[in-house]
Amino acid sequence: MLQFYLNNQLIRTAQPAGSTLLDFVRYHQHLKGTKIGCREGDCGACTVLVGEVDAAGETVQYQSMTSCLTPLGNAHGKHVVTVEGINQARGGLTPVQQAIVQEGGSQCGFCTVGFVMSLTGHALSTRPSTEASVRASIDGNICRCTGYKSLERAATQLQEQLQARPAAAPLAWLAEQGYVPRYFADMPGKLQALHSAATAAATGGSETTAPAATSNGIDTQAAVRARILGGGTDLLVQQPEHLRATPVQLLYSQPQLRGIRQEGNTIVLGAATTAQQLLESEVMLAALPQLPRYLKLVSSTPIRQMGTVAGNFINASPIGDLTILFLALGAEIELQNAAGRHRTLPLTELYQGYKQLAKTADEQVTEIRFEAPASTDAFNFEKVSKRTHLDIASVNTAIWLRLEAGVIREARLSAGGVGPTPMLLPRAAESLVGQPATVEALRRAQELAQQEISPISDVRGTEQYKRLLLHQLLEAHFVETGLLTEEQL
Amino acid sequence: MNHLDPNRHVRGESQYLDDVPVQHGTLYAAVVESAVAHGRLLSIDATAALALPGVVHVLTAQDIPGENQIGGIVPDEPLLAEGHVHFRGQPVALVLAESEHAAHAALAHVRVEVEPLPIIVDPRVAAAQGELLVPPRTFRIGDSGATWASCTHVFEGVAESGGQEHLYIETQGAYAFPTEMGGVRIVSSTQGPTAVQRHTAHVLGLGMHQVEVDVTRLGGGFGGKEDQATPWGALAALGAFVARRPVKLVLDRMADMRMTGKRHPYSSDFKIGLDADLKIVAYEVTFYQNGGAAADLSPAVLERTLFHSTNTYFIPNVTATAYSCRTNLPPNTAFRGFGGPQGMFVIESAIACAAERMGLAATDIQRRNLLREGDLFPYRQPAEGCHAEQAWDTAAELFNLPARRREVDEFNQQHRWQKKGLAVMPICFGISFTKTAMNQARALVHIYTDGSVGVSTGAVEMGQGVNTKIAQVAARTLGIGIGRIKVESTNTTRVANTSPSAASATADLNGKATELACLALRERLLRLASTELRLNYEGLHIENEQVLAAGKPADTTWEKLVSAAYWQRVNLSENAHYATPDLHFDATTNQGYPFAYHVYGTALTTVQVDCRRGTYEVEAVQIAHDFGQSLNPQVDRGQIEGGAVQGIGWMTLEELVYNNEGRLLSNSLNAYKIPDLYSVPKVLDVHFLDTPGHSRAIMRSKAVGEPPLMYGIGAYFALRDAVRAFNPNSTISFSAPMTPEKVLVNLHPHFTTTPSDAWNSPAPLTSVTTSAAS
Repeated sequence: MLQFYLNNQLIRTAQPAGSTLLDFVRYHQHLKGTKIGCREGDCGACTVLVGEVDAAGETVQYQSMTSCLTPLGNAHGKHVVTVEGINQARGGLTPVQQAIVQEGGSQCGFCTVGFVMSLTGHALSTRPSTEASVRASIDGNICRCTGYKSLERAATQLQEQLQARPAAAPLAWLAEQGYVPRYFADMPGKLQALHSAATAAATGGSETTAPAATSNGIDTQAAVRARILGGGTDLLVQQPEHLRATPVQLLYSQPQLRGIRQEGNTIVLGAATTAQQLLESEVMLAALPQLPRYLKLVSSTPIRQMGTVAGNFINASPIGDLTILFLALGAEIELQNAAGRHRTLPLTELYQGYKQLAKTADEQVTEIRFEAPASTDAFNFEKVSKRTHLDIASVNTAIWLRLEAGVIREARLSAGGVGPTPMLLPRAAESLVGQPATVEALRRAQELAQQEISPISDVRGTEQYKRLLLHQLLEAHFVETGLLTEEQL
Repeated sequence: MNHLDPNRHVRGESQYLDDVPVQHGTLYAAVVESAVAHGRLLSIDATAALALPGVVHVLTAQDIPGENQIGGIVPDEPLLAEGHVHFRGQPVALVLAESEHAAHAALAHVRVEVEPLPIIVDPRVAAAQGELLVPPRTFRIGDSGATWASCTHVFEGVAESGGQEHLYIETQGAYAFPTEMGGVRIVSSTQGPTAVQRHTAHVLGLGMHQVEVDVTRLGGGFGGKEDQATPWGALAALGAFVARRPVKLVLDRMADMRMTGKRHPYSSDFKIGLDADLKIVAYEVTFYQNGGAAADLSPAVLERTLFHSTNTYFIPNVTATAYSCRTNLPPNTAFRGFGGPQGMFVIESAIACAAERMGLAATDIQRRNLLREGDLFPYRQPAEGCHAEQAWDTAAELFNLPARRREVDEFNQQHRWQKKGLAVMPICFGISFTKTAMNQARALVHIYTDGSVGVSTGAVEMGQGVNTKIAQVAARTLGIGIGRIKVESTNTTRVANTSPSAASATADLNGKATELACLALRERLLRLASTELRLNYEGLHIENEQVLAAGKPADTTWEKLVSAAYWQRVNLSENAHYATPDLHFDATTNQGYPFAYHVYGTALTTVQVDCRRGTYEVEAVQIAHDFGQSLNPQVDRGQIEGGAVQGIGWMTLEELVYNNEGRLLSNSLNAYKIPDLYSVPKVLDVHFLDTPGHSRAIMRSKAVGEPPLMYGIGAYFALRDAVRAFNPNSTISFSAPMTPEKVLVNLHPHFTTTPSDAWNSPAPLTSVTTSAAS
């Protein structure tokens, strides 16, 4: 039995954990404000807020998510907020709604609620509201009518209002200003009570009960039968009907699979770490100061809050952005099977062919480890897609170089979209070792890279384009890392 | 004054098709599609599907009680395939089941046997084989053939523009209910309720009076729901008619993208001749329109391409010929601009071609050839109230065109790997349905005894704010507050024989009808006031709900007057009809006066290209636009901003890719990209030109829906300018959209690992093969 709060109402449901939150909200609860646009997380018309109570039980942190790709099971123990849950009584408008109306940010209206929810999520965030962050909050919302300028004006208006939001206990201020109703103040307590009750109740649970994990983090019996489901951002696009009909084992909310820590020079990520958590991690930002620039090119704010790093690896897309990034970092994954046996595998060895993985069906990723780049190392990630943001790469690539006295001592180069798997280009990388970072060394690597790849023509570009693009992006690596200047090329 | 709907939109309380509360006993429909683009339909076997739990019916062409035909202009389109299939995604059968899941699960169990036939996806191939949807049309003025010899400069070339997916966020759908007496009521997401009504009646073998169509609003249309909402309305109605139960049919996104037509791709040949003063003296153009498998609206779209083949320029000798080509793609259809953008892209390509070869700026040719008052269009209507030069000069001065050009050139000198580009895009768009008879509308206005007002028209609200404008017209004409007015759903039983909400003319036509109805009601009420209060009728007015006599408050208000009228048995309802005056057009000579008026404007577009990666940003689009006397500046600005961005999308990111088998590869939102927040122009200025409007425009507020889309064409030419700044010898073809791929390969034409000429291959249709790898 899944239990969560939907707006101000406690929900107890036996609906499948692998069905979508969107269908539950619209067709079981008849809350029609949340719209269906694409069912693949690309339009944001179905955006809702999902709030999770912190360990202390004092505050709830809300994140925007596309409900079309949110497994219902991932709502367990959380506070799900739809537009009906923030509307004021008697037709009044919240400041977010007011700003959109005032600036003409709604034309046909079908995408509008998604924008309202994303901006409300921004208002509920504890991070400062800046011009960039308020825009980022709606980067997963597509509008076909307005051309966004009116929505930008609304966002700016809001950002100015939010300057008055106090850093400490912002919720009281937000409720007072009418951003959210007053019942939000009770949510930490209610969610906390829900967790206590759940813990006190059974630990066995049915096969679709979300948090029923054993001490090692894996429900061994269920794992054999069930599909392993993380954030849902790939699997619910690919096989929603199947997930609805079969038991799923949910990883997203398992505390033992979360977290980012540093052990000496090694950084360890829990498998269910999301892209957003990477961005918020001081450990990650210290190791990769340019990470925000890279991740801005990866999906959108809601999808980054849903999709997990291990999910990206296991989906095995030849152009998985995070996979390409972690390949160049030399990441290893820790796998655990249903019997509890562990093994470690270099990420590059996971991929055997198109969507073929060197892992058994019952094995799941528990951890990801990589050596933190030294401050003297060079690292860069490049991605080009038809649309710069919220798009799938035509080609993506990352590079890591260890330099000593101007000479490259070690090198890793990864590339996606140029073969059936996300891949390392060992010969191109090897050719750089022992060389100073010169134009000649770059040219040699570019040439070898062309021999190592086998792109095909598809909807993301022709073979020729992908070859040219990788060639260009290798050049970009050297420029972005400061190893070569524009003038040298 | 805000758009009325958004207060409901932001609260999620606006009702769209899928939000209509489900009636008890509803069946859910799913459409079995052809998986082959062309072939003989040998058999349909639904036995296995019917054995599945929850499946109630599988309907085929055999189950259609009337005629299996929904073609709008040409009767060449069956509702359900019969004998042959002509495109992938063509409806073949309809599954009705107790749940949506059951209906969709059954699709794979309907066996459709097709014997494949040769497939055509390229319009030039179709034309060469005589596969035309309608006979070709030629618009002619002067004698271009006789002029070439006297031209100082003559240039020829080819221009290609791609299709465009409408991508309304609300997909197509309909919900049909059986009514007593064997009829149906359809809630439809359509721009053309009458089209749904007429074709459904035809398919069911009923009178139109037995079919009621109701539309509250659309979650976007853009032309995609003008004729192409009809199949889904008619299929749901067929289900309801046969099963005698409500039937709901909503397409999922990928089905919608596969099965419905889009903006027409065009491939065109042009020849342009200039004299020594850079005056364009002759222009010849041949358009090959990719119409898809059935005529749909293609002939009308083709006609508008011809109407706008010279954009906003005066050219004395023009020969423009257009072929509407039958291919094995879904029937292409209306899309904002309706063929106009495709025509304008070619003349702008011809001008750019001439300028580049002569080493001039395109603006040198553009400015010199703008229309002036009284100049004739190729269809012989004179330019009246012409603002072409005013728009250009205002934009050039206000946004400082010379300085922009200088900045771009200086930047390009200083930067090797970043290049900027600049283009100016002037537009001129004719307002009216080019089928003259369609320029009529009706309004039904009720004043209730409490003074509140209900207005029904044929206008469909789809985000363009037409309901707001109609309410404004009613409020202004009656002299009352807008809060008293409700614009009703669009319903064929209240307002009959409507034209679709299209051609930018909806507010003009339906607004004028509303104005006439309200004027009649106002006169009736004031006549009563004049009698009852013994006041001179000539001096009576209603303002802010107060009756004024010679400017002074009289002893009655709106509410009192309405109440008195009821008790005096005065008719408080009015039904008015408006037909745009003066229009005529002879489709045999291709001459006449087809447009109520023209809308003008000019946009400056600046882009910046990352020449290492081939990526780009549109920095600024600065527009001076002819709104006339805008009735609602906020709504109108929204149309300009949204239209321009949609046009930029068409010219840059939005790439429809079909393979040789007629299969759509860009078949979802992850493969077909429309502009997002970050890809729109950083600056988008809209200047309201000081123009008087036109008496045929509603309250002199000019039509604003389609014209701004064509500002987006500037993005293509600005990108071209930037590419040529990096690579002056570029042989870049006139081929839109200018995707990052096209930009990069034209920046670096010498990079080859294996020889290929695919880079400049204009049509994406045949150059891409399918793959499962992504």
